[in-house]
Amino acid sequence: MAAAIRTTIRFLLNHKPVELSDVSPVKTLLDFLRLERNLRGTKEGCAEGDCGACTVLVGRLLNGVLKYESVNACIRFVGSLDGCHVVTVDALALPNGPLHPVQQAMVDTHASQCGFCTPGFVMSLYGLWMENPKPSIAAIEKALQGNLCRCTGYAAIIRAAEAVSTIADANRDPLVAERADITGKLLALRDDARVVVGEGKDRIVLPASVDDLADIYAAEPSARIVAGSTDVGLWVTKFMRDIAPVVHIGHLDELRAITEDADGITLGAGVSYTEAYPVMTKHFPQLAELWDRIGGQQVRNMGTIGGNIANGSPIGDTPPALIALGASVSLRKGAERRQVPLEAFFIEYGKQDRQPGEFVEAVHIPFQKRDDQFAVYKITKRLDEDISAVCGGFRIALDDAGIVTKAVIAFGGMAGTPKRAANAEAALVGAPWNATSVAAAMEALGADYTPLTDWRASADYRLLVARNLLKRFHLETQGTEPVRLDRKIAV
Amino acid sequence: MNVMQPIHRIRGAVHDKERHESGHKHVTGTAEYIDDMPEPAGTLHAYLGLSQRAHAEIVSIDFDAVTASAGVVGILTASDIPGENDVSPAHKHDDPVFATKLVEFHGQPIFGVIAESREEARRAAAKVKIEYRDLPHVTDVLEATAANYPLVIDPLKLERGDIADGFAKAKHVVEGEMRIGGQDHFYLEGHISLAIPGEDEEVTLYASTQHPSETQHMVGQVLGVPSHAITVNVRRMGGAFGGKETQANLFAAVAAVAAKKYGRAIKIRPDRDDDMVATGKRHDFHVDYKLGFDDEGRIDAVDAVFAARCGFSADLSGPVTDRALFHADNCYFYPNVRLRSRPVKTNTVSNTAFRGFGGPQGMVGGERFIEDIAYKLGKDPLDIRKLNFYGGEGRNLTPYHQTVEDNIIGRIIEELEQSADYAARRKEVIAFNEKSSVIRRGIALTPVKFGISFTKTEYNQAGALVHVYADGSIQLNHGGTEMGQGLYTKVAQVVADEFQVDLERIRVTATSTGKVPNTSATAASSGSDLNGMAAANAAQQIKARLVAFAAEKFGVSESDIAFEPNTVRAGHERIAFNDLIKAAYGARIQLSAAGFYKTPKIHWNRAEGRGRPFFYYAYGASCSEVSVDTLTGEYQIDRTDILHDVGRSLNPALDIGQVEGAFVQGMGWLTMEELWWDAKGRLRTHAPSTYKIPLASDRPRIFNVRLAEWSVNREDTIRRSKAVGEPPFMLGISVLEALSMAAASVASYRVPPRIDAPATPERVLMAIERLRAAKG
Repeated sequence: MAAAIRTTIRFLLNHKPVELSDVSPVKTLLDFLRLERNLRGTKEGCAEGDCGACTVLVGRLLNGVLKYESVNACIRFVGSLDGCHVVTVDALALPNGPLHPVQQAMVDTHASQCGFCTPGFVMSLYGLWMENPKPSIAAIEKALQGNLCRCTGYAAIIRAAEAVSTIADANRDPLVAERADITGKLLALRDDARVVVGEGKDRIVLPASVDDLADIYAAEPSARIVAGSTDVGLWVTKFMRDIAPVVHIGHLDELRAITEDADGITLGAGVSYTEAYPVMTKHFPQLAELWDRIGGQQVRNMGTIGGNIANGSPIGDTPPALIALGASVSLRKGAERRQVPLEAFFIEYGKQDRQPGEFVEAVHIPFQKRDDQFAVYKITKRLDEDISAVCGGFRIALDDAGIVTKAVIAFGGMAGTPKRAANAEAALVGAPWNATSVAAAMEALGADYTPLTDWRASADYRLLVARNLLKRFHLETQGTEPVRLDRKIAV
Repeated sequence: MNVMQPIHRIRGAVHDKERHESGHKHVTGTAEYIDDMPEPAGTLHAYLGLSQRAHAEIVSIDFDAVTASAGVVGILTASDIPGENDVSPAHKHDDPVFATKLVEFHGQPIFGVIAESREEARRAAAKVKIEYRDLPHVTDVLEATAANYPLVIDPLKLERGDIADGFAKAKHVVEGEMRIGGQDHFYLEGHISLAIPGEDEEVTLYASTQHPSETQHMVGQVLGVPSHAITVNVRRMGGAFGGKETQANLFAAVAAVAAKKYGRAIKIRPDRDDDMVATGKRHDFHVDYKLGFDDEGRIDAVDAVFAARCGFSADLSGPVTDRALFHADNCYFYPNVRLRSRPVKTNTVSNTAFRGFGGPQGMVGGERFIEDIAYKLGKDPLDIRKLNFYGGEGRNLTPYHQTVEDNIIGRIIEELEQSADYAARRKEVIAFNEKSSVIRRGIALTPVKFGISFTKTEYNQAGALVHVYADGSIQLNHGGTEMGQGLYTKVAQVVADEFQVDLERIRVTATSTGKVPNTSATAASSGSDLNGMAAANAAQQIKARLVAFAAEKFGVSESDIAFEPNTVRAGHERIAFNDLIKAAYGARIQLSAAGFYKTPKIHWNRAEGRGRPFFYYAYGASCSEVSVDTLTGEYQIDRTDILHDVGRSLNPALDIGQVEGAFVQGMGWLTMEELWWDAKGRLRTHAPSTYKIPLASDRPRIFNVRLAEWSVNREDTIRRSKAVGEPPFMLGISVLEALSMAAASVASYRVPPRIDAPATPERVLMAIERLRAAKG
């Protein structure tokens, strides 16, 4: 396919258009802002997308609709911003003008101490306020899962978030009021051309379409596909790895498609956690807590389910749950497509069933049989924005006599890949769903896994807690008493 | 003119809830941190090369790939240091800027790379090839003791009464041990220094340091030049918490050496991971204890050894372990006591100051003693606490022989018990636990008594510089540094109050060794106590001159001159402050003064373990309730109530912020924040992805924080306020104790749960398993 080729990255930065013909594939938005544009309101706290000091808003179009989301500028590559509107803290208040309502609320409630994290909090709260002008405390806490503050203990920041709408009307905010205008400007930046910036190995490529992506990647399998960069970003900022040439896919609306049919849900590989949340929790409400505990809001806005699977983490945020649900992966190489069960995609640590030039195009999650019981549990040191020590997905089906006819148990954090518990499943199938069989299956987990000790948990704890999670699942299906913490809403 | 016109208050007086002086700049991103400053033309960037071994001899270093790397200007090693290759704040000469023949921890700086950009310097540093000859290494404090590792500095012993006698007459004797984890500061702004070479020997530095004077002296020592050649400036830090008391010195020294070598400005800023690997943290402790007590739970004798993982050098480990012992009594009278410290060397980064400075570890130990007694006797730990509080005839002497004279813990506890409804809720928790098999709850109410003053007596002094300009505007400078705590705001309020002018008239300028010399670290919660007094003193000197001038000008006696809001009254006449200043300038009155303060009454004899190290104590208490999942060890803080004593608050809004923030930080230390070294001696929790500090969703679901508004410091401190930085950190202990109770419920509250800190879900679950087994 001979698509037109453009050789610049174009986006809006605050109120100004930016067009770059010379940009490194590993140039982060944060370095671009601070070092090249001298916009130093946005801070670097960790350079790995965990602390949120670098939070900016990125407005992007999906099917012509503009949405602003908080993202971590430290792990966002400039090349991925084509066609986007980047809004930084520097642009919120005019010099010597009044503070933005979010800023004013933060000052009024004494919500800053050292002030270094503050611009990031302001941007996260700004993103929240635009979407949800009168947020609940639960919504505020969720919006701030990706923002660390070491000084305040957060109480004053929560008070600020609650106070914003008493200062001004979100509908009159410039980004809301100018939405049509900005949308027009962003649409004008879209030319459906393939973008290639740079030469030789140091290239940034933005395919014109998914077909174009398939051609590009089949021709150059050594290229690095980058969607949300929540993982690959760290390869650059922490491991200083050379990842060029980089093929960005976040701009491809086709890959952000979410379809529901009679069989289940299909998520394009570019669908972010945030975008997948409504459909996934509608059909699988048990996923809501897990989904809310993946990364912080910024990471969920950037990161994709496709990326989460394709990177083959031994822990995985979504794979244990998706394996338990019987999900499969659509792989594509050139024009050829094939589908593999998710559990078979993970071969061993660092190795997936993906051929050179082949990429994850979509994930398919079948609906459950009506009587199937399903649960997913994530165990971490910190409730939110923490990688699992152990994550378990469970699904069973019972016959009328209460005998287990099907059991799917998958754990992350227990082996080199997200892996099913064959022995425990075998112990359950054909047995009554009662404490005795569950105890036998708990015992059998010892034959399924030989977990490691690391900084997240010891091997002993991992195995013990994996067993106890199976017990929790059983108790929960009995519904006799609370077996999980009642995650209370703060007051 | 009506002389009876109402006199308005000034805006921003002492005791007002004034906002942080930089608040509007924080929220707009215009508050300038060092990395935000425009770099001088030609600025180069430095990056450190760190040891990849925990303990080894350096056989050879091959820099070829480093120097060949893009953008590299040069390499910096120990041989480039003109003065001493040492930044030991303890003057032990055990803290090299660059290791030469021996590396003693994984992450120790060996060299620096100077390049055109930070990115180039960083990438180049990673290309070094170093050949090591490995030596045995030890990271754990007990293993170090077993391996006969030395102490990094002389230990301390506090002794009073006769422990042999105490144990002999005690009805019950219990022995135990506890591990208390360390803590990374996780200041959001990492370490950074910018050095600009000047004429002759001069260097001007912008450093993120809590101790500009020490940074100045250390840079002078490393460069081999007198302190007068070095100027260190600090406008603000993006958090510090003790992590920038001594740890900034190495970065400043590297920048300064490179600035002199290359004749160009040098900026150095490590990546977060390198910052966490290469700079010191809160000390981990191991506490070995023996307690004697009677049937009621009254303590007869305490014998305890507090061993600390100090890392490879002394740094501040001496005073940190001393302060642990000073707080092992918390609020409790120990009739017979022996407390010993063991500052143990290990092959880890040299641990350093962190909010509380060893005090929290000592206090956690003390509270563990109470917990053991309570669960041994099957009693409410709060009853045991009350039984042992200081107070009453012959029960006011601390293990270091200072008499507790300002004890208000009784009233604090009583009020908090009421407002938190402790007794009824404890009953309810116990009733809940009887019915619930998986979810268990716990509640605890714990006190805090924290000694205020540097135990190094000479640090208890401060200076300030106040200029009143001819237009009536005032510039204030003092030796304290702003790290978010609101020190600049509070001291400005003091000066506004002294002159009776609106706060807007006062500008606080960046802390600079060129303006106020020989300052102490902004540490030990002392910032406003010391600098507030020094600034008040400077203002008073100028006021005295203005009073004399006004008395003469208006022909009244000096006692008829009064500073009223933005006005000065002379007898029956009033003159605007600005007009008086203009007139005083015209009459050639000196409108500038250097203020000074030194804390009275304190003295300390370390060799004898006796004295009055503390001017006064700050008190507080917290009550926390938790829910625990006994299948997984996961938990949630359902509610925390706090009542904290800051004397007469200089600024209640800022003080509440300090209390809330300190509690959450203390809670994080004792729950989710875990430092983990692997078998190779590598710290593996060296980034926020692996080292978890509390998030907004971790704060208690109900969080009631109050100041004890009735409290007035009985000592003559600045406006009778009390220090607030560190004391509320230890309010977090109530969370650990509440988790203990929830765990203890599985063994009917009769087995001491002894959960080590941090009480991660794993430790909580393992404790529950152990308690279940113990119950049988």
